[in-house]
Amino acid sequence: MGALGFILNAEEGERSWRLAEYVKRGGYSALKKIIDENIPPENIVAELKKSSLRGRGGAGFPTGLKWSFMPRQFPGAKYVVCNSDEGEPGTFKDRDILRWNPHMVIEGMIIAGYAMGCARGYNYIHGEIWEIYKRFEEALEEARAAKLLGPNILGSDFSFELQAHHGYGAYICGEETALLESIEGKKGQPRFKPPFPASFGLYGKPTTINNTETFASVPYIINQGGEKFLELGKPNNGGTKLFSVSGHVNRPGNFEVPMGTPFRDLLEMAGGMRSGRKLKGVIPGGSSSPVLPADVIMECTLDYDSIAKAGSMLGSGAVIVMDETTCMVRALERLSYFYFEESCGQCTPCREGTGWLYRVVHRIEHGEGRPEDLDLLNSVTENIMGRTICALGDAASMPVRGFLKHFGAEFEYHIQNKKCLVPEDVQRAGSGFFKAA
Amino acid sequence: MLEIEIDGKKTEVSDGATVMDAAHQLGIFVPHFCYHKKLSIAANCRMCLVQVEKAPKPLPACATPVTNGMKVFTHSEAAVKAQKGVMEFLLINHPLDCPICDQGGECQLQDLSVGYGQSAARYQEEKRVVVNKNLGPLIATDMTRCIHCTRCVRFTQEIAGWQEMGQAFRGEHAEIMPFIEKTVDSELSGNVIDLCPVGALTSKPFRFAARTWELSRRKSVSPHDGLGANLIVQVKHDRVLRVLPLENEDVNECWLSDKDRFSYEALNSKARLTKPMLKQCGEWREVDWQTALEFIGTDLKRVVREHGTASFGALASPHSTLEELHLLQKFVRGAGSENIDCRLRQTDFSLDGKGITPWLGMPVAEIPMLDRVLVVGSFLRKDHPLLAQRLRQAAKKFTRVSLLHVADDDQLINLHAKSIVAPSALAMELAGIVKAVAEIKGVTVDAALAGVQPTAAAKAIAESLASGEKGAVFLGNFAQQHVQSATLHALAQKLADLTGARFGYLGEAANSVGGYVAKAVPGTSGLNAARMLAAPCRAYFVLHAEPELDCANPQQALTALKGADLVVAMTPFKTRALDYAHVILPIAPFTETSGSFINTEGRVQSFHAVVKPQGETRPAWKVLRVLGNLLGLAGFEQDNSETVRDEALGGMTGSVAERLNNRAEGIAVSLAPTAPALQPKLERVADVPIHFADPLARRAPSLQMTRDAAPPAARMNAATLAKLGLTAGAQVKVSLGGTAVLAVQLDAGVPDGCVRVAAGHELTSGLGPMQGELTVERA
Amino acid sequence: MLSQDAIQKIDREIAKYPAEQKQSAVMAALAIAQMEKGWLSTETIEAVAGHLGMAPVAVYEVASFYNMYDLAPVGKVKITVCTNLPCALSGGVHAADYLKQKLGIGFNETTPDGRFTLKEGECMGACGDAPVLLVNNVRMCSFMQPEQIDRLLGECQ
Ligand SMILES: Cc1cc2nc3c(=O)[nH]c(=O)nc-3n(C[C@H](O)[C@H](O)[C@H](O)COP(=O)(O)O)c2cc1C
Ligand code: SF4
Ligand code: FES
Repeated sequence: MGALGFILNAEEGERSWRLAEYVKRGGYSALKKIIDENIPPENIVAELKKSSLRGRGGAGFPTGLKWSFMPRQFPGAKYVVCNSDEGEPGTFKDRDILRWNPHMVIEGMIIAGYAMGCARGYNYIHGEIWEIYKRFEEALEEARAAKLLGPNILGSDFSFELQAHHGYGAYICGEETALLESIEGKKGQPRFKPPFPASFGLYGKPTTINNTETFASVPYIINQGGEKFLELGKPNNGGTKLFSVSGHVNRPGNFEVPMGTPFRDLLEMAGGMRSGRKLKGVIPGGSSSPVLPADVIMECTLDYDSIAKAGSMLGSGAVIVMDETTCMVRALERLSYFYFEESCGQCTPCREGTGWLYRVVHRIEHGEGRPEDLDLLNSVTENIMGRTICALGDAASMPVRGFLKHFGAEFEYHIQNKKCLVPEDVQRAGSGFFKAA
Repeated sequence: MLEIEIDGKKTEVSDGATVMDAAHQLGIFVPHFCYHKKLSIAANCRMCLVQVEKAPKPLPACATPVTNGMKVFTHSEAAVKAQKGVMEFLLINHPLDCPICDQGGECQLQDLSVGYGQSAARYQEEKRVVVNKNLGPLIATDMTRCIHCTRCVRFTQEIAGWQEMGQAFRGEHAEIMPFIEKTVDSELSGNVIDLCPVGALTSKPFRFAARTWELSRRKSVSPHDGLGANLIVQVKHDRVLRVLPLENEDVNECWLSDKDRFSYEALNSKARLTKPMLKQCGEWREVDWQTALEFIGTDLKRVVREHGTASFGALASPHSTLEELHLLQKFVRGAGSENIDCRLRQTDFSLDGKGITPWLGMPVAEIPMLDRVLVVGSFLRKDHPLLAQRLRQAAKKFTRVSLLHVADDDQLINLHAKSIVAPSALAMELAGIVKAVAEIKGVTVDAALAGVQPTAAAKAIAESLASGEKGAVFLGNFAQQHVQSATLHALAQKLADLTGARFGYLGEAANSVGGYVAKAVPGTSGLNAARMLAAPCRAYFVLHAEPELDCANPQQALTALKGADLVVAMTPFKTRALDYAHVILPIAPFTETSGSFINTEGRVQSFHAVVKPQGETRPAWKVLRVLGNLLGLAGFEQDNSETVRDEALGGMTGSVAERLNNRAEGIAVSLAPTAPALQPKLERVADVPIHFADPLARRAPSLQMTRDAAPPAARMNAATLAKLGLTAGAQVKVSLGGTAVLAVQLDAGVPDGCVRVAAGHELTSGLGPMQGELTVERA
Repeated sequence: MLSQDAIQKIDREIAKYPAEQKQSAVMAALAIAQMEKGWLSTETIEAVAGHLGMAPVAVYEVASFYNMYDLAPVGKVKITVCTNLPCALSGGVHAADYLKQKLGIGFNETTPDGRFTLKEGECMGACGDAPVLLVNNVRMCSFMQPEQIDRLLGECQ
């Protein structure tokens, strides 16, 4: 995997994540360059802007611009925070980055600290990947021992402390302000914005939060230049990107490809459809992005613009592939259950609405749907979307709207016939679990 | 300043204002639940969504900062659609049980659903049911009705100062609750009832007593602490059924302490006395007023004739009204005596005659503007719940609050510095602070302070005070009751002078200032409360007080009263006066008479009776007027309480602050001898717990079930326990001018060598003075 | 009460944050306490609150917000299976069904011998390895086909 990019280009294997191996691959040379050449922080931000790197956490916000929001002359603490709370169903790239290349993230964060004048950073790591958290802590120890972290990095007067903080099972902590609350030792309930983290972040101090993959892209940009990075992808969509392919493919996994790669190529890299079955639909950017039917996705390229044009989102780059054995009602039911369970519960529309959505879809799936349910679902999503503190309300609504838009007929079939279009045994075969039996 | 237009109306607001602030300014109502002006912004209910020009989606008015030139529409189609959508979500899981809900008629959800609700319920799924929680004796719960606005949670965190409620679990499973099996014990807890916009949290004592529309609302003033919180007393069929805060930003803001709120239960209790009673041949008999009053008139004349006018004295509670105190002193003086006092717990009277009227020394509302505060000798949170609340909020901003006291109770205030010492060391420690400030300021101090060595804690407090620009030094109830209160006064005054700070007293009771203004204190030839009891009088009038609980030395008080020829007890309750009095007169509590209290800042607050007197109860001012007439005294012709008040105030209205003075020159400072041999081996620290502090609170059943009303114990720190070879839970006999048998309790906040034994409670009324050396032995 | 060892570990976590931000260590402290005690009882939560100077209800808010804390006793081996859509497409639900049948228990139940507890999990960020399950919150097992599940259960017996 990963032949086309630079993030996962480390050889897989237990030792490849170690500091020595990373340095052998040219690791920490970007940091060294910055320190040796005494590069002014604003040049780093300028380079990022040139690279057209967009945040890999889902929203695709230009990273250089985000870094430039940090108040330069702020007296007192400022923070850099890495979002490794990857919990959006379908997304599993950050785990692999931290597993095979933790130092690249560390280097990216140190550079961020340098560029934005922060003396401290935290990496918030998804609770369920405990072994990865432990490994990251070890990587931090290595970096500290090598004077790459801590006081007077590489003998300069720049100091930076970095710590790992683990989650413990709450998807909402991937939302940046919930994540900050969580680091502060509270339940992860998102904050109302404004104020934004750049002015009021961790412990009320200016803070910049980026995704793991975003930070991992930074050393390359410093080493090779922003333009080189941009050229890897396409205009406005710089660089390569990791795509996590899951579902009904032969070889699920992460694939690092240039932005703009045709979806077909990715599907091929993932070994094509499992057992050669027919593609039914794809959720292209994590579970909250609207599903696209086979014919639409097959014409898309993998970049923010193309997927947006098709009516969905590139999001975190989680591609969930569903073949003809999939019951779309059951698929939506599971996703709706997820958002219902993961709502933090503070906003009325999300707390009450996600349960409503789930219960109606659940009824339809269980043969108790009513003809008016589909309009009801659409109307409830309308009342949730755009009316909540964070985007989870939208994230819960968009799949409903996407599934109803493209697979509405299947829902109607369920309501009318009180059963699924796809026979139960066909569905059962789709997972491949019982192949041994 | 920022310009904003809402619904076509323009206004200007200051930087940082929200759309909600601007709407308030324009008198435009934006529906809301989670927003509350005194709490942090949560923006979680989403009811206040409004349309903002150029914004792609509706924004919450409560949390959206105004930007210059902003145009807002609160009633546009988009805004109303959003608001209706939110209302539908709020109602889907709500039980809609308004007919049986105590909040019915005053429910914000009910009110708003009329305007924003939809008629047809589209939600056909099963509704959520949430189990109720036991929050203690004051707050009833119906958690299924909760709409998760988190106002109660934020109240405990932010206003009460310690998070006792939380939102546990998440999403639809979220539940508002205290910690597992814990109750809400804050002395301010009842405010969450007012804050709850629905019927999830309601008053337990009021539960099912009446529907709100059956209640009439009458204004009154709290008779408890020195703040004089403003009340709305709710009445049905001449019974007080509920008490709510009357908002007054300058006094209680929108809050009440639980004592203010729930003490009304005593008014309807069986302990009420409703007929005059006379003891004849050792038997108590109910008599008519005429008989009782004539008996008093005759007997008093007899005592005075036989023993002289100086053998007659009056003890009044500082919770009495101005009018009552005025007529009582007039009566006593008319009878030829100067023996009257309402400072029943005071022990050092050496400031008398120096023209001092202890008061706050400044308006309550200006407390947040202070940058430095030192409180000396105060069980702050329990003695002054709402003043403590003000200091708590102030300490979150720029006010540095320090405390010098004799017990390390958690004040839930972010204290800048504190010093906790034994009562006998209090004056010395304060002297240390004065000395340290003098050193910082480079001024020389009096000879009396020459040998004082400031402790590290004293220096820290001194540094804080010396570095401020607008400070204040406040003496608390404990300082006022201290055997060296004049010395403490002199030192505190000195400290204030050195630092340019304000100086004052927090004020013990609702009418402590009124007592001075009414001259319910002895003149130069008269006896103060302590002396009246130490060298017993032959006849006593006792107004509203329970000397066995309210005096500095209950044992001495009891002995004095028991030995007297005539004791007239004027009280709304059947008290222990039955043991020692000769006549007991049922007089009106504050709800059954008109009257006035002057609060600690000198604010005169008058009120009317809210219900008719129970049984044959009469307002005390009327009783005293009749007694005056009976004795043929001049000046008892007033036919309404306003006349009495005006007479007492001598023409002042509204505030008497101008006439109040805390400062005097030439007060002798006498620091306690420091030789170890002269120091008590084991000394008493006596607090007057919040719900034992006055007759009303003592008889309010629900208050008496709270944790604050736990029976007094002998509290000591681990070192003292070890020294005495005691363990927590043991029963001990405590002796100090009398005895009491108490359970031993570990309390790390009690200074070394001290035993904390509360006053004001039956269990400890067998003891003598509140301060002094005591002994402890196994019972 | 927490053991000395647990307190030491918690103190190491506290050191990760600015001095006045002890509360930041609450998640780690609860995780450490849970690893030691098996689950978070009222007393354990109070002990953590005491150590961090937090209101107990604030700690309870945290303990009840995050899924991986157990507020009731669980078996020696807690198995959490991800059944979310991406996993389900590759057998997540079927793996859970298989476990239910093997152990004779449903979700949120513990085997009578107190050995196994089964939980339904949400996305673990490992969808490519489906079916995935998590053992005692710390060990992630990937590609859990029937034979792998059998092996795991054998190991844990
Ligand atoms: C409900 C929700 C969940 C999110 N989960 C994640 C996540 O797991 N990982 C992540 O990097 N960003 C997540 N985000 C996006 C973050 O809020 C934030 O935009 C991102 O971390 C910024 O980093 P980037 O600019 O590098 O993308 C989530 C957002 C929402 C609303
Ligand atoms: S939208 Fe949902 S998850 Fe986001 S803050 Fe509101 S209630 Fe919490
Ligand atoms: S009042 Fe604004 S969101 Fe609740």
